[in-house]
Amino acid sequence: MGASFVPITVFTVLWGVVGIVCPFFAPKGPNRGIIQVVLMLTAATCWLFWLCAYMAQMNPLIGPRLSNETLIWIARTWGKPYA
Amino acid sequence: MSSDVANDQLGIYFWLKVRSRQDRAAKCREIKNIFGNGLNPHVNDFQRRYVTEVRRCSEMERKLRWVSGELSEPPPPPKPAPRIMTPREINILEERIDFIESEIQEVTRNAQNLKTDYLSLIELKILIEKTQTFFQDHSAHRKISASVQVYNNEGVTGHLGFIAGVVATPRVASFERMLWRISHGNIFFKQAQIDEPLKDPVTGHELQKTVFVVFFHGEQIKLRVKKVCTGFQATLYPCPATYKDQQDMLAGVESRIKDLEMVLEQTEQHRKLVLANIARDLSTWMVAVRKEKAIYHTLNMFSMDIIKKCLIAECWVPRQDLPLLQKALDDGVKASGSPIPSIMHHVRTHETPPTFNRTNKFTRGFQNLIDSYGIASYREVNPALYTIITFPFLFAVMFGDMGHGLIMTTFAAIIIIFEKTLSKNKSDNEIWNIFFGGRYIILLMGIFSMYTGLIYNDIFSKSLNIFGSSWMNVYDNVTLRKYKMLDLDPLDAYTKTPYPLGIDPAWQFASNNIIFLNSFKMKLSIIFGVVHMAFGVTLSVVNFNYFSKPYMILLQYIPQILFLLLLFWYLCIMMFMKWIMYSTEATDPAFGSACAPSVLIMFINMMLLKDTEVRSPCKPFMYDGQNALQRTFLTVGFLCIPVMLFGKPLYQKMKKRKHSSGVEEGESQKTEEAEESMGEMMITQAIHTIEYVLGAVSHTASYLRLWALSLAHAQLSAVLWQRLLRMGLGGGGPIMAIPLYAIFAVWAFFTLAILVLMEGLSAFLHTLRLHWVEFMSKFYEGQGYAFLPFSFAVILEHDEDDVKPKPTSGTQ
Repeated sequence: MGASFVPITVFTVLWGVVGIVCPFFAPKGPNRGIIQVVLMLTAATCWLFWLCAYMAQMNPLIGPRLSNETLIWIARTWGKPYA
Repeated sequence: MSSDVANDQLGIYFWLKVRSRQDRAAKCREIKNIFGNGLNPHVNDFQRRYVTEVRRCSEMERKLRWVSGELSEPPPPPKPAPRIMTPREINILEERIDFIESEIQEVTRNAQNLKTDYLSLIELKILIEKTQTFFQDHSAHRKISASVQVYNNEGVTGHLGFIAGVVATPRVASFERMLWRISHGNIFFKQAQIDEPLKDPVTGHELQKTVFVVFFHGEQIKLRVKKVCTGFQATLYPCPATYKDQQDMLAGVESRIKDLEMVLEQTEQHRKLVLANIARDLSTWMVAVRKEKAIYHTLNMFSMDIIKKCLIAECWVPRQDLPLLQKALDDGVKASGSPIPSIMHHVRTHETPPTFNRTNKFTRGFQNLIDSYGIASYREVNPALYTIITFPFLFAVMFGDMGHGLIMTTFAAIIIIFEKTLSKNKSDNEIWNIFFGGRYIILLMGIFSMYTGLIYNDIFSKSLNIFGSSWMNVYDNVTLRKYKMLDLDPLDAYTKTPYPLGIDPAWQFASNNIIFLNSFKMKLSIIFGVVHMAFGVTLSVVNFNYFSKPYMILLQYIPQILFLLLLFWYLCIMMFMKWIMYSTEATDPAFGSACAPSVLIMFINMMLLKDTEVRSPCKPFMYDGQNALQRTFLTVGFLCIPVMLFGKPLYQKMKKRKHSSGVEEGESQKTEEAEESMGEMMITQAIHTIEYVLGAVSHTASYLRLWALSLAHAQLSAVLWQRLLRMGLGGGGPIMAIPLYAIFAVWAFFTLAILVLMEGLSAFLHTLRLHWVEFMSKFYEGQGYAFLPFSFAVILEHDEDDVKPKPTSGTQ
């Protein structure tokens, strides 16, 4: 598994707070139900979207095909100098 | 929609007891209070009791409108909140309006008379001036004619007589011919055109007039000439012969003209003053009169019960508002001071109430999107609540670009910040009204687009590198110099953990970018599609639960959801498994990258009961027991189809049989389902089942449009940058700023026009289709009719449509 513990926890907890905890604190009034549904749906859809993007890249089966110039440039600027 | 997912109505009658005309008017005030809450009166029969009052109000309105037409400029706006008037006040107002109308009419008539006189005087003055020239000739002529007579040795028959007058220029030629004919050529006709056209006092048109003088000899010809003049509507003026008399007359006429001018001016001033006085109150009166008219229209909708002497109205009221209604009735009774209370009476009716969804300015846009497809049936679950988030989200999946999302969000935010001022200017521009009405939708779409743009890592087709890429260079100088393009192998060039937030920025430069993104986005689309559809099917449970049809959950929902999940959610599970289980660094080569199966092929083979052929070391299945499990899922899924097909009809049949044994006891079955014949129900159920089963496949595939549009958007954005903006970013000195300026303008224009507007509209449409067809067909009935709350504005609008073609009819 190419998953890393930190991002998964962070984003799951983030959207979990938005979708599960925040609805309890929705302001009382005629719109309480709407706000709760909005929060829950937002959290669910955004979390699932992030999860798909994360899982699709966990175990990549192909890698990017880059030009040699790009490789030189990313080697220099992204801090992993070439051998 | 605020507190519940369904709406709630109640049919009520309410009675207004009326004793006298005063009472009736007081009830009018009550009505205004009541209807302010929003009821929906039945518009079934219209009783014509109050037709005369309505006509009176129409008359007043017509007079007021005429007066406002007489004003030189539009009247000032009405004072805020004019209150309802009592009948006495209305009578007083009516008299006042009558008085004003007659006064203005009289003033106008006087002005016209004066203007006619003025015109005659002007004509006379010009006549005298012009005829002076004739007479100069005339004295010469007389000498000639006198000499002729002396020559002919006839007695002097007297001076030549003459008639002077003014005639309209177009008629002069025929006038002259006529005179010539009737006088057998024995007249002398002289004419001179008046240069400046004169204004006709009645019509205001300008007329060309000609001064003429006819010289003749003898009484008979004079009579004939006069007759011709009257025939041609020529005005005759007494004109003195001698020069001195003419000058005196001219002086007199000129002084009279001056006097008349002064009088005219004063008349005009007076008229303006009268109008100005009225102008201030005009609009207020108009509104008050219209409100009266609306009240009488409303009273017309009541039916009069002569025995009990009261007015009865039927209407629908939202159950939540009942206490408000009661309070309004009580307030009205108190305000009118009438000893007789108004009664509200609940009526049990079998009619279907209208559908009322309470919305605020935020939710109204989404409710409109759903209502455009069909108004929800009474008390059905309202999909608009969920659409608030799913609509912008699915839009954003297709639109995902942070830059374009930012543009949309900014645009919507600006409109929303200024929405109060903007909503005051009522615009006729359809497109602006659509954008303004949908401002909250656009705001949400923009915000979600920014989020999906962040995950797709796409801002104007460029990527952000916030957390550091997971791909690195592993080639040395020699290799790099030798090859133009190099593949990064996940075995060594990958840092083992993915980019934490979204797509890795390294993919931005990759030439095989699309291969990776296609795989990702297609899977994403199917996953979201199945989730959305499953959500839709589950909403039908809410309906079944509310309408107390628990058997439907077993007979319809369970088979439907099983069919959907066992087949298509299993497809999604396979996708997740492929993402987890297959890797380039797997120790078991069966789970290596070379052996990664195509999920689609596996799914098709599952459905067709085919076996996958693979070369070793690859395995045909992902996990042990997959074949057996898949076959089980397939069997159960297909067994659900007959349950869907026959479940409900068989259940109804059994229920009917059970009930028919109890009919002898005199029970009457009123349920509609019992009356429906078996054949009809079977056909309906068959259609429903086929629609669902085939729909499950086709709708799942339909969600692939999420992938297609997102791909198109990304490609368009990339093309615009690489082929357009890149040209200006070449650099090479400060002077290159000028072409960059121009190129940026073109790029910005195309970004807005094509990517934001056109693609935005396209994605909006596709999302709407996904909601209407793929989502709502799973549970939505949409057979309701809208609740139209009573409002004065609506009634007056109706009335205006009546007034324009038929001014005499007062009622609807």
